[in-house]
Amino acid sequence: MADRYELRFSGSGGQGMILAGIIMAEAASIYGDKNAVQSQSYGPESRGGASKAEVVISDDAIDYPKATAIDCMLAMTQEACTKYHDDIKDDGILLVDTELVHELPKGKFKIYEFPIIETAREELGKVIVANIISLGLMTALTKIVSEKAITDAVLSRVPKPFLELNEKALKIGFERAKELKEKK
Amino acid sequence: MAKVKRFMQGNEACAEGALYAGCNFFAGYPITPSTEIAEILGYQLPKIGGKWIQMEDEIASIAATIGGSLGGCKALTATSGPGLSLKQEGLGYAAMAEIPCVIINVMRGGPSTGYPTGPSQSDMMTAKWGTHGDHPVIALTPSTVPEILTETVRAFNLAEKYRMPVFVFYDEIVGHMREPVEIPEPGDLEIVDRAKPTCKPEDYKPYDSNFEIAPLAAYGKDGYRFHVTGLNHGDDGFPTNDSKRIDQGCRSIMAKIENNLDDILKNETVDMDDAEIVLFAYGSTARSASFAQRKAREKGIKAGLFRPLTMWPFPEKAIREAAKKAKVFIVPEMNLGQMSLEVERCAPGIEVKGINRVDGEPINPAQILECIEKYK
Amino acid sequence: MTAEAAKKQKLSVPFDYSKYLRGGKLPHIWCPGCGHGIILKALLRAIDKIGLTNDEICMVSGIGCSSRTPGYVDFNTMHTLHGRALSYATGIKMANPDLNLIVTTGDGDALAIGGNHFIHTCRRNIDMTILVYSNSIYGMTGGQFSPTTPEGSKTSTSPYGAMEPNFDCCELAKASGATFVARATSYHVAELERTIKAAIEHKGTSVVEILDQCPIYFGRQNKYKSASHMMEMIEKDGTVSVKQVDKLPPEKLEGKLLRGILHQVEGEEYCDKYAKIIEKAQD
Repeated sequence: MADRYELRFSGSGGQGMILAGIIMAEAASIYGDKNAVQSQSYGPESRGGASKAEVVISDDAIDYPKATAIDCMLAMTQEACTKYHDDIKDDGILLVDTELVHELPKGKFKIYEFPIIETAREELGKVIVANIISLGLMTALTKIVSEKAITDAVLSRVPKPFLELNEKALKIGFERAKELKEKK
Repeated sequence: MAKVKRFMQGNEACAEGALYAGCNFFAGYPITPSTEIAEILGYQLPKIGGKWIQMEDEIASIAATIGGSLGGCKALTATSGPGLSLKQEGLGYAAMAEIPCVIINVMRGGPSTGYPTGPSQSDMMTAKWGTHGDHPVIALTPSTVPEILTETVRAFNLAEKYRMPVFVFYDEIVGHMREPVEIPEPGDLEIVDRAKPTCKPEDYKPYDSNFEIAPLAAYGKDGYRFHVTGLNHGDDGFPTNDSKRIDQGCRSIMAKIENNLDDILKNETVDMDDAEIVLFAYGSTARSASFAQRKAREKGIKAGLFRPLTMWPFPEKAIREAAKKAKVFIVPEMNLGQMSLEVERCAPGIEVKGINRVDGEPINPAQILECIEKYK
Repeated sequence: MTAEAAKKQKLSVPFDYSKYLRGGKLPHIWCPGCGHGIILKALLRAIDKIGLTNDEICMVSGIGCSSRTPGYVDFNTMHTLHGRALSYATGIKMANPDLNLIVTTGDGDALAIGGNHFIHTCRRNIDMTILVYSNSIYGMTGGQFSPTTPEGSKTSTSPYGAMEPNFDCCELAKASGATFVARATSYHVAELERTIKAAIEHKGTSVVEILDQCPIYFGRQNKYKSASHMMEMIEKDGTVSVKQVDKLPPEKLEGKLLRGILHQVEGEEYCDKYAKIIEKAQD
């Protein structure tokens, strides 16, 4: 890998973007053998408003903790997508939720569209696991962490009664990402 | 056995460091972006029989912290900008009465209520000059999450050793970001406990000038009864009007620092041996500076990084030394120029270029690199 | 006469204050006629009656004339910042709950600059005795009006008469949650000693407002002839014991402050409650 791999999780407050970032970084640094730093920016409100979490992954020590050139970004709302897509690399990836993002930004990066929230609601009956589906999608699209590492990281944070639900959400993410890739 | 590695937030590492150092007293008041420290310790301290209290305001929190320390505890409080302003009278009291305590300040935008959720480094001079009167200051400035843990431990050690308030200052970015941290095992890091008096209780003087730092007894423990006041006092702790003793007292609290600089100062330097362009940076900004410094070296530019972990007392000697070879000091900080003034003071005749940002966004490596390239 | 000889003749034994006083710290700074010395002596006799040792007491104060009290007594003592004594005392008590905390404070220290700490200390019901030396004036800074200065009184900052309504310290303490509230005066000395004793013995936050006189700054500006004149007018004639309230006609109660224990209830003490939190956390 290059000396830095940068991911950004963006959406609105309450969608679990910061938690998704933390889990991705844990997968890399605690359940994987890389180094990772997670940072975020947030407004005073804990619900609504554009929020983002950033994760930098590297084999080496990481100095600057914020994104400089994004390898992969997730946008769960139109506002976040419009506001935060600027620094995606030319060969980077943008993953958007089709239900909430309608206007796609222009750029040389690859765009994947997937109904993340709808899938959480329709197939799993819980909108709350949309961020876990997105982790599955991003893992499979980027291969920056292994499927095992992200599974370990997710399951370590989930209370027992919800283990199965979250595992399912991740698997949906892994599988659908492969389908998305084949389509491209 | 491999050490336990946990992915944790800066403020969490601070609480972890405090517990490692033996902190058993916390008094605080909720304020963004430092509240996590209070929350974590509110959960953890009762588990080890430690004391935790949320006071009615910031002034009361520093007061209770000092009271807890005099009761024999290792005491901590944590705050941010506006809270730091309110704590100033208590900090002066702790400096004057020589009571050990640790104060964490997670820096957010100011002045006033400012930008509560945005990062800043604009309290650096408040650490030094915030409370009235000449008073000693130790302020530590970690840049990484693991460093917040180890520097919090060091802050307790210095507070207990030198009988004074010690600050740990870091910006919101470092306070809220997360990194993997290897949790130190008992014995891995040095722990200093305050010196206890060994004399007979009737002979005890809390400010005995025969010592550089007199041992401090605790209220209600071991039969040492003594008096503490914020007024100028004599060896016995009672107010004095003796001008000689007042002068001696004012000088001795400062001398504790001046005579022990080697023990208190701590810096990290990168490629400083032949550095013509010296980056002076701290907190999260040092991470941007480190990135820019690496890129500059890749381009063959003789850039070095000077990163103080002890900001106060200021690393004057080291900066004077660096100034002998440097043609410019670049000081990026999330304020309108604070530590750059100190660098200027210690590097007469050398250009000191500030990179300043107060929009709640970090100073990014590209900004610093651009500045470096102007001087190559 | 020796104490032994006095005992034989069944005379009262003069109380030996010296065991509680620090050698070499007297004379005190209080002006002639000031009531603070009377309060200090009553306090020491109360401590003696309870039988507390010097080591068991921690006395904390803020800033002002009353706050100089800890400097004279041979206990664990702390002279802190203006208004903040209760917060320092809270820290000490939390760190070492075995200590008996006594806070000496004034009307300005406790009710103006320290008002927030006062109400929250009462609310917590942490075990400490708060003695408010209430002389309606800032004495140490030269006689400015305080939150207990009666309306119309002249002070150095109310040359046309004080215009602000004042606090009733006892009502404030009671409303804030203190579980022991009393008022005493430096005139009724025996009652003062009994009240302080009861306050120290009470578990929880105890507040005693002690009316006393500042003849120098309050007395002179308000046409009192002497300290004793002030004591008679303000403390004796200006107050009525709670025990007599039912016996007196309403017109005799008008404008008078009540003296004695005004409020005493049982309530769980803060450090005891915190000990339960520790148990819960360690479960």
